[in-house]
Amino acid sequence: MENILEVKNVFKSFEGKEVHRGVSFTLQEGETLGLLGPSGTGKSVLLRSLIGLDIIDEGEIFYRGKRIDLLSEKQFCQIRTKISYSFQNGALFDSISVFENVAYPLFEHTQLKELEVEKRVMEILEVVNMADARDLKPSDLSGGMQKRVGLARSMALQPDILLYDEPTAGLDPINVEMVLEVMKKFKAQGFSGVFVTHDIPAALKICDRVVILKQGKVGFSGTISEFEKSTDPFVQSFLTGL
Amino acid sequence: MISSVKSQLQQTGEVFRLFQQSLHGMFTAPFYWGRLFEQIIHLGIGSLSITLVIGFVTGLVMTLQFGYGLAKFGGTLYVPAIVSLSLVKEICPIFTSLLIAGRIGSGMSAEIGAMQVTQQVDAIRALGTSPTRVLVVPRLLATIISLPLLATLSSFVGILGGLIIAHTEFNMPVGFYVNKVLRTIKLVDVFGSMAKCFFFAIVIALLACYRGFKTSEGTQGVGTAAQWVVVRTSIIILISDFFLSKAIILLFE
Ligand SMILES: Nc1ncnc2c1ncn2[C@@H]1O[C@H](COP(=O)(O)OP(=O)(O)OP(=O)(O)O)[C@@H](O)[C@H]1O
Ligand SMILES: [Mg+2]
Repeated sequence: MENILEVKNVFKSFEGKEVHRGVSFTLQEGETLGLLGPSGTGKSVLLRSLIGLDIIDEGEIFYRGKRIDLLSEKQFCQIRTKISYSFQNGALFDSISVFENVAYPLFEHTQLKELEVEKRVMEILEVVNMADARDLKPSDLSGGMQKRVGLARSMALQPDILLYDEPTAGLDPINVEMVLEVMKKFKAQGFSGVFVTHDIPAALKICDRVVILKQGKVGFSGTISEFEKSTDPFVQSFLTGL
Repeated sequence: MISSVKSQLQQTGEVFRLFQQSLHGMFTAPFYWGRLFEQIIHLGIGSLSITLVIGFVTGLVMTLQFGYGLAKFGGTLYVPAIVSLSLVKEICPIFTSLLIAGRIGSGMSAEIGAMQVTQQVDAIRALGTSPTRVLVVPRLLATIISLPLLATLSSFVGILGGLIIAHTEFNMPVGFYVNKVLRTIKLVDVFGSMAKCFFFAIVIALLACYRGFKTSEGTQGVGTAAQWVVVRTSIIILISDFFLSKAIILLFE
């Protein structure tokens, strides 16, 4: 299968603090890649770098064979309609309603008429089980609900690749299942995803392959079955629960 | 010392860069009319009553003071000219600008700062849109449009306030006062003031947005950002006012 995303030897540090020291991995078209690693190893930073929210110091990132890490902020706007980032904390616009949050990318990037936007937004909100909250402000929602709306917003444009930053953290078991169902549906449509999580059972259910970050480098990379069978103590510590 | 000068220069450079991006955003698509309208309502209409009150009261009190102060030298007749000239050229533009810097500038930087620390600014970018276009351009334009108009209105009610005191306290005929004012204040004075306000508006909105984006230290940082903006813009307004006034005098008088 074709590599839809290719990350080569990425280095990134903040004010002298090294976060990535040569991270490489690939994402194939249609697969969901689990990105694991202890807290603070730079999983979020890595996802943000993929769409240019953080700028990498060294290395290369390719999307469909085209190098994107050197693009200008303006050129990245186009990429960001194709690669979508679902923020760890939701990052909803708190001055507008749930409905308007999800409609935002549609009004910005599509020619859809108001009624069509409404129909589309309600469909997506239905999927994440948030249709009843359409007129509420983000501040009226719980953390888990905000996260689901954030997920809906990042899916609105039907991107090629979805970068999920801990989409199930802080959710109750029923909503975890629901989010996983959403991710499965998205995958079934042939779209790719990178799934950052600390929830190993969830990763095992959804992912085709797993990459584990360890001290700024890739500590493990392999298929789910390789992951489960690995005898590496570092990998074992993940499997048996952190 | 050297590093602080260096960071000042760097900041100034970044502010100019933001200005340049905003200018570009003003004249190229997409342009957010709805957001501009929202901001004009919020800052223009929202500040209308307080600016009018300040202008009016200043007109009252200045006329009172000059009326009695100049009476000793038989100068009461000069009150309309003095009051209207100072209101139109200095007091109203400066008062209104300082008021907007305090009321609107701090609010803007706090709002954008809060969006920055909750990653909403990143979300604007992640959704393929530009924070400069979405947040800065509407605020900058709204301030540029509102501030000169507010200051002019403020001068107008100030002169009106002066008329009331001149008439009731010093028995000055209404016709005389109006006539004096009309012969003192020229159109170029009004435009000169508006030009100054135009400049102050850019300073207020640009520094407020810039500092908002730079907010990083969580909730506390939002408060610090607001303070920074009020102090900086007030100083810049007062200092640049001298030079702008001088330039306007050189050009037009
Ligand atoms: N803008 C920034 N400025 C300075 N340091 C940063 C910045 N963003 C991230 N970092 C640092 O980079 C490191 C990695 O952060 P990141 O958020 O990517 O971790 P993570 O793997 O996503 O952790 P978690 O699982 O807790 O979400 C952290 O040590 C963090 O302090
Ligand atoms: Mg994270």
